[in-house]
Amino acid sequence: MSDSASIMPEHPPVTDWINDFDHTDPVWTEDPFPIWEKLRAASPVVHTERFLGCYMPTTYQAVKEIAYDTEHFSSRRVIVRDVRPEITARAPPITSDPPEHKPAKQILLPPFTPDAMKKLEPRVRAICNELIDEFIADGKCDAAARYTKHIPVRAIAHMLGIPEKDGDLFIKWIHGILELGIKDDNALMEAVKEMTGYFAGHLEQRKKQPTDDLISTLMKAKDKDGNPLTDEHVLGSLRLLLIAGIDTTWSAIGSSLWHLAKTPADRERLVKEPELMPLAVEELLRAYSPVTMAREVMRETTVSGCPVKPGNMVLLSFPAANRDPAMFPDADKVVIDRKENRHAAFGLGIHRCVGSNLARMEMTVAIEEWLKRIPEFRLDPAGKVTWSEGTVRGPRQLPLLFGKAN
Amino acid sequence: MAAKLKVRVDQDKCQGHARCKSLAPELFDLDEFGNAHETGDGSVPAGLEDKAWLAQSNCPEIAIEVTEE
Repeated sequence: MSDSASIMPEHPPVTDWINDFDHTDPVWTEDPFPIWEKLRAASPVVHTERFLGCYMPTTYQAVKEIAYDTEHFSSRRVIVRDVRPEITARAPPITSDPPEHKPAKQILLPPFTPDAMKKLEPRVRAICNELIDEFIADGKCDAAARYTKHIPVRAIAHMLGIPEKDGDLFIKWIHGILELGIKDDNALMEAVKEMTGYFAGHLEQRKKQPTDDLISTLMKAKDKDGNPLTDEHVLGSLRLLLIAGIDTTWSAIGSSLWHLAKTPADRERLVKEPELMPLAVEELLRAYSPVTMAREVMRETTVSGCPVKPGNMVLLSFPAANRDPAMFPDADKVVIDRKENRHAAFGLGIHRCVGSNLARMEMTVAIEEWLKRIPEFRLDPAGKVTWSEGTVRGPRQLPLLFGKAN
Repeated sequence: MAAKLKVRVDQDKCQGHARCKSLAPELFDLDEFGNAHETGDGSVPAGLEDKAWLAQSNCPEIAIEVTEE
């Protein structure tokens, strides 16, 4: 458990977004879109003294410049936090820079190709229907707690070859790392320690008896010199897969259902024209991109003409890039059949999300199975939608009523 | 008669988003790492021109070139 000494002082409320932004402010958490518009109008790159100094690129172009520039911007820290302790728990390849990045990523790519995902798809469809069976008769549910949260947890557990029922543990660790950990160092360290211990046990089991799953695939993999990966590397990559693979997709599915609950025209269109699903999934990814990444400035340079200095972090907001009207006409509108859509929800450049094909498949299947069983649904006016804070954005409470409104 | 099109994936730019394979499976293939390349010599069969342009305009890395022969 965390003691109070490890928790950073509460952040004062933001009054000057342009010079003092804070992505953990409750106003940002509730509705970040008008804030991004304001920041973008001010400058392609803004700065805050919070988080020991942090920049934020506000345009698609500025985000792209930083994502492509691995010379001046390091990935060794990928979460903007109140503190910058020594780097102890790496998670290759997301925390790797060139030249270490490519060999670490090559190991993870083959298990996540679209063809590999097709093999997993039937299990994910079954998971979705098992979940819907549990609440459909009630006529309502909190879709975040009962549906969207469990789909990625069970899917990644299935791939890794660990029990799907351990899902609640994973969710607790991820909350400790991605939300509490921004301001509470002990909560983060505790969660990383528990997670590492859990996976170390699974590694030991497989050393005695190899299995046919993603953990064993990683244990059998060789590095660029032909040597087996160290346990530390395998544990780091497993931490990454669990952290990156769960509340990201949970958020994307949740935001999609939230949008469809409050937008009958889009919902009815998807029910009538299921062939639109691939374009719709990309548009929902663009409009409600869940993941904001980070970089650390290593050397002085400029981004879209703005100087950036070492010692600062960068809040690399792919979600804000995806709302830039210079890149996307009607950027703040969900156009469910948008044709031209170079969105950056999965990043740009060498750190393109390794699980993007998994996330797309899970989103597609989760929305399709939901619409087949519950084609009519709406937000429950008696409940409240709440959103996660910080690095990954999505609904954490999503009360829905099924059927037509009276 | 519409001009004949050819597609080409720049291997240095492709990062394996796989948008092209999803939108135009006839024109693109993926390797074991999920990175894309054009099918055959990249010639676009008649009737698939729209798919070629669609794939090109959805590649986040601007890695797809469409040329008219």
